[in-house]
Amino acid sequence: MPYSPMLVKPMREELTSAGVEELLTAADVDAFMSQKSGTALLVVNSVCGCAAGMARPGVRLALQHDRRPDRVVSVFAGQDLEATARARSYIPDIPPSSPSIAFFKDGELVHFTPRHRIEGRDAHALANDLVAVFNEFCAVPATA
Amino acid sequence: MGTFHQGKSELHGITVVVDTTGPEVFVGRCDDEDDRGIVLDDVDVFRDGEGGRSKAEYLERAARFGTWKKHDRLLIPRERVASVRRLGEI
Repeated sequence: MPYSPMLVKPMREELTSAGVEELLTAADVDAFMSQKSGTALLVVNSVCGCAAGMARPGVRLALQHDRRPDRVVSVFAGQDLEATARARSYIPDIPPSSPSIAFFKDGELVHFTPRHRIEGRDAHALANDLVAVFNEFCAVPATA
Repeated sequence: MGTFHQGKSELHGITVVVDTTGPEVFVGRCDDEDDRGIVLDDVDVFRDGEGGRSKAEYLERAARFGTWKKHDRLLIPRERVASVRRLGEI
Protein backbone atom coordinates (compact mmCIF):
# COMPACT_ATOMS: atom_id res chain seq x y z
CA MET A 1 0.00 0.00 0.00
CA PRO A 2 1.49 3.35 -0.98
CA TYR A 3 2.67 5.76 1.71
CA SER A 4 1.03 9.09 2.22
CA PRO A 5 1.79 11.50 -0.64
CA MET A 6 2.80 14.06 1.98
CA LEU A 7 5.45 11.70 3.35
CA VAL A 8 7.01 11.00 -0.01
CA LYS A 9 6.79 14.53 -1.42
CA PRO A 10 10.23 15.54 -0.07
CA MET A 11 11.70 12.31 -1.40
CA ARG A 12 10.38 13.13 -4.85
CA GLU A 13 11.59 16.72 -4.60
CA GLU A 14 15.06 15.64 -3.55
CA LEU A 15 15.47 14.34 -7.09
CA THR A 16 13.26 16.71 -9.08
CA SER A 17 15.07 19.70 -7.61
CA ALA A 18 18.24 18.30 -9.16
CA GLY A 19 16.64 18.18 -12.58
CA VAL A 20 15.33 14.62 -12.51
CA GLU A 21 12.07 14.20 -14.42
CA GLU A 22 9.49 12.01 -12.71
CA LEU A 23 7.70 9.40 -14.78
CA LEU A 24 4.30 8.98 -13.18
CA THR A 25 2.48 6.73 -15.64
CA ALA A 26 3.20 3.79 -17.91
CA ALA A 27 2.73 6.12 -20.86
CA ASP A 28 5.43 8.40 -19.46
CA VAL A 29 7.78 5.42 -19.24
CA ASP A 30 6.96 4.26 -22.77
CA ALA A 31 7.64 7.74 -24.11
CA PHE A 32 10.96 7.86 -22.28
CA MET A 33 12.04 4.43 -23.47
CA SER A 34 11.00 5.14 -27.05
CA GLN A 35 13.77 7.73 -27.28
CA LYS A 36 16.68 5.45 -28.04
CA SER A 37 19.50 7.77 -28.92
CA GLY A 38 21.93 9.13 -26.36
CA THR A 39 22.38 8.34 -22.70
CA ALA A 40 19.74 8.08 -20.02
CA LEU A 41 19.64 7.41 -16.29
CA LEU A 42 16.60 5.85 -14.67
CA VAL A 43 16.40 6.02 -10.88
CA VAL A 44 13.98 3.72 -9.10
CA ASN A 45 13.25 5.86 -6.06
CA SER A 46 11.94 4.34 -2.85
CA VAL A 47 10.90 5.25 0.67
CA CYS A 48 13.13 3.08 2.84
CA GLY A 49 15.89 5.12 4.41
CA CYS A 50 18.15 2.10 4.74
CA ALA A 51 19.22 2.53 1.10
CA ALA A 52 17.19 5.24 -0.60
CA GLY A 53 18.36 7.76 1.99
CA MET A 54 21.79 7.48 0.37
CA ALA A 55 20.65 6.85 -3.21
CA ARG A 56 19.06 10.25 -3.71
CA PRO A 57 21.98 12.35 -2.44
CA GLY A 58 24.33 10.11 -4.38
CA VAL A 59 22.44 10.77 -7.60
CA ARG A 60 22.34 14.51 -6.84
CA LEU A 61 26.10 14.58 -6.33
CA ALA A 62 26.79 12.61 -9.49
CA LEU A 63 24.64 14.96 -11.55
CA GLN A 64 26.97 17.82 -10.64
CA HIS A 65 29.68 16.16 -12.71
CA ASP A 66 30.49 17.81 -16.05
CA ARG A 67 29.71 14.67 -17.98
CA ARG A 68 26.15 13.56 -17.33
CA PRO A 69 23.41 11.64 -19.08
CA ASP A 70 21.32 13.33 -21.74
CA ARG A 71 18.17 12.46 -19.83
CA VAL A 72 17.59 11.65 -16.16
CA VAL A 73 14.28 10.28 -14.95
CA SER A 74 12.81 8.48 -11.97
CA VAL A 75 9.93 6.24 -11.04
CA PHE A 76 8.83 5.81 -7.44
CA ALA A 77 8.55 2.18 -6.32
CA GLY A 78 5.65 1.50 -3.98
CA GLN A 79 4.05 4.78 -5.01
CA ASP A 80 3.71 5.04 -8.75
CA LEU A 81 3.02 1.35 -9.20
CA GLU A 82 2.07 1.36 -12.87
CA ALA A 83 5.06 3.43 -13.93
CA THR A 84 7.46 1.33 -11.88
CA ALA A 85 6.11 -1.94 -13.27
CA ARG A 86 6.38 -0.62 -16.80
CA ALA A 87 9.94 0.58 -16.24
CA ARG A 88 10.92 -2.84 -14.91
CA SER A 89 9.32 -4.49 -17.92
CA TYR A 90 12.03 -2.92 -20.09
CA ILE A 91 14.75 -4.74 -18.13
CA PRO A 92 13.07 -8.11 -17.63
CA ASP A 93 16.26 -10.06 -16.87
CA ILE A 94 17.09 -7.85 -13.91
CA PRO A 95 15.47 -8.75 -10.59
CA PRO A 96 13.41 -5.85 -9.24
CA SER A 97 14.98 -3.86 -6.42
CA SER A 98 14.47 -0.44 -5.02
CA PRO A 99 16.18 1.86 -4.87
CA SER A 100 18.15 0.98 -7.95
CA ILE A 101 19.67 2.84 -10.88
CA ALA A 102 19.73 1.84 -14.54
CA PHE A 103 21.88 3.48 -17.16
CA PHE A 104 21.00 3.20 -20.86
CA LYS A 105 23.04 4.04 -23.93
CA ASP A 106 21.16 4.22 -27.20
CA GLY A 107 18.28 2.37 -25.59
CA GLU A 108 20.36 -0.51 -24.23
CA LEU A 109 21.00 -1.17 -20.57
CA VAL A 110 24.75 -0.86 -20.06
CA HIS A 111 24.97 -0.51 -16.28
CA PHE A 112 22.77 -1.38 -13.35
CA THR A 113 23.17 -0.54 -9.68
CA PRO A 114 20.94 -2.80 -7.59
CA ARG A 115 19.83 -1.93 -4.09
CA HIS A 116 22.50 -4.01 -2.41
CA ARG A 117 25.22 -1.91 -4.09
CA ILE A 118 23.72 1.16 -2.40
CA GLU A 119 22.99 -0.17 1.08
CA GLY A 120 25.40 0.84 3.79
CA ARG A 121 27.42 3.15 1.56
CA ASP A 122 27.56 6.91 1.67
CA ALA A 123 26.40 9.31 -1.01
CA HIS A 124 29.93 10.10 -2.17
CA ALA A 125 30.75 6.43 -2.77
CA LEU A 126 27.62 5.95 -4.84
CA ALA A 127 28.25 9.21 -6.70
CA ASN A 128 31.77 8.06 -7.53
CA ASP A 129 30.39 4.85 -9.03
CA LEU A 130 27.92 6.80 -11.13
CA VAL A 131 30.51 9.30 -12.26
CA ALA A 132 32.68 6.43 -13.47
CA VAL A 133 29.74 5.27 -15.60
CA PHE A 134 29.15 8.82 -16.87
CA ASN A 135 32.82 9.13 -17.81
CA GLU A 136 32.64 5.89 -19.76
CA PHE A 137 29.45 6.52 -21.65
CA CYS A 138 28.53 10.24 -21.63
CA ALA A 139 29.86 12.78 -24.07
CA VAL A 140 32.26 15.49 -23.02
CA PRO A 141 30.26 18.72 -22.79
CA ALA A 142 30.89 21.20 -25.58
CA THR A 143 32.89 24.24 -24.62
CA ALA A 144 31.93 27.77 -25.67
CA MET B 1 15.76 12.13 4.02
CA GLY B 2 14.18 8.76 4.52
CA THR B 3 12.50 6.52 7.00
CA PHE B 4 14.47 4.76 9.68
CA HIS B 5 13.81 1.74 11.83
CA GLN B 6 14.70 1.67 15.49
CA GLY B 7 15.50 -1.30 17.67
CA LYS B 8 16.60 -3.68 14.95
CA SER B 9 19.92 -5.38 14.34
CA GLU B 10 22.66 -3.45 12.57
CA LEU B 11 22.00 -5.49 9.45
CA HIS B 12 18.37 -4.38 9.30
CA GLY B 13 17.51 -3.37 5.75
CA ILE B 14 20.73 -4.76 4.33
CA THR B 15 20.72 -7.50 1.69
CA VAL B 16 22.71 -10.37 3.10
CA VAL B 17 23.95 -13.80 2.09
CA VAL B 18 23.24 -16.45 4.70
CA ASP B 19 25.26 -19.53 3.96
CA THR B 20 24.27 -22.66 5.80
CA THR B 21 25.94 -25.76 7.07
CA GLY B 22 24.07 -27.65 4.33
CA PRO B 23 23.68 -27.20 0.57
CA GLU B 24 21.43 -24.12 0.80
CA VAL B 25 22.39 -20.51 0.63
CA PHE B 26 19.86 -17.75 1.27
CA VAL B 27 19.90 -14.18 -0.05
CA GLY B 28 17.45 -11.66 1.35
CA ARG B 29 16.98 -8.38 3.10
CA CYS B 30 17.75 -8.76 6.79
CA ASP B 31 14.90 -7.74 9.04
CA ASP B 32 16.39 -8.80 12.36
CA GLU B 33 18.50 -11.41 14.04
CA ASP B 34 18.58 -12.84 17.54
CA ASP B 35 19.41 -16.04 19.39
CA ARG B 36 16.80 -17.95 17.39
CA GLY B 37 18.22 -17.06 14.01
CA ILE B 38 18.06 -14.48 11.28
CA VAL B 39 14.85 -13.21 9.70
CA LEU B 40 15.01 -12.32 6.02
CA ASP B 41 12.48 -10.60 3.77
CA ASP B 42 12.16 -11.10 0.00
CA VAL B 43 14.30 -14.21 0.09
CA ASP B 44 15.86 -16.31 -2.64
CA VAL B 45 17.21 -19.75 -1.82
CA PHE B 46 19.70 -21.70 -3.88
CA ARG B 47 20.85 -25.28 -3.45
CA ASP B 48 24.42 -26.10 -4.38
CA GLY B 49 24.43 -27.73 -7.82
CA GLU B 50 20.98 -26.41 -8.79
CA GLY B 51 20.85 -25.76 -12.54
CA GLY B 52 24.42 -27.02 -12.80
CA ARG B 53 25.77 -24.07 -10.82
CA SER B 54 27.80 -23.94 -7.64
CA LYS B 55 27.02 -21.65 -4.72
CA ALA B 56 29.91 -19.43 -5.83
CA GLU B 57 28.54 -19.12 -9.37
CA TYR B 58 25.06 -18.33 -8.07
CA LEU B 59 26.44 -15.67 -5.73
CA GLU B 60 28.55 -14.10 -8.48
CA ARG B 61 25.43 -13.35 -10.52
CA ALA B 62 23.43 -12.37 -7.44
CA ALA B 63 26.11 -9.83 -6.56
CA ARG B 64 25.91 -8.25 -10.03
CA PHE B 65 22.17 -8.03 -10.51
CA GLY B 66 20.35 -9.14 -7.38
CA THR B 67 18.01 -12.06 -6.88
CA TRP B 68 14.44 -13.11 -7.62
CA LYS B 69 12.55 -13.68 -4.41
CA LYS B 70 11.02 -17.08 -3.71
CA HIS B 71 9.74 -16.30 -0.23
CA ASP B 72 8.32 -13.15 1.33
CA ARG B 73 9.82 -13.91 4.74
CA LEU B 74 11.89 -16.67 6.32
CA LEU B 75 13.48 -17.41 9.67
CA ILE B 76 16.76 -19.28 9.24
CA PRO B 77 17.49 -21.07 12.51
CA ARG B 78 20.77 -20.12 14.17
CA GLU B 79 22.04 -23.70 14.19
CA ARG B 80 21.86 -23.83 10.40
CA VAL B 81 23.75 -20.57 9.84
CA ALA B 82 27.38 -20.97 8.81
CA SER B 83 28.02 -17.34 7.87
CA VAL B 84 26.29 -14.03 7.23
CA ARG B 85 27.78 -11.37 4.95
CA ARG B 86 26.57 -8.44 2.93
CA LEU B 87 25.77 -9.21 -0.69
CA GLY B 88 27.21 -5.81 -1.58
CA GLU B 89 30.62 -6.93 -0.34
CA ILE B 90 30.88 -9.88 -2.73
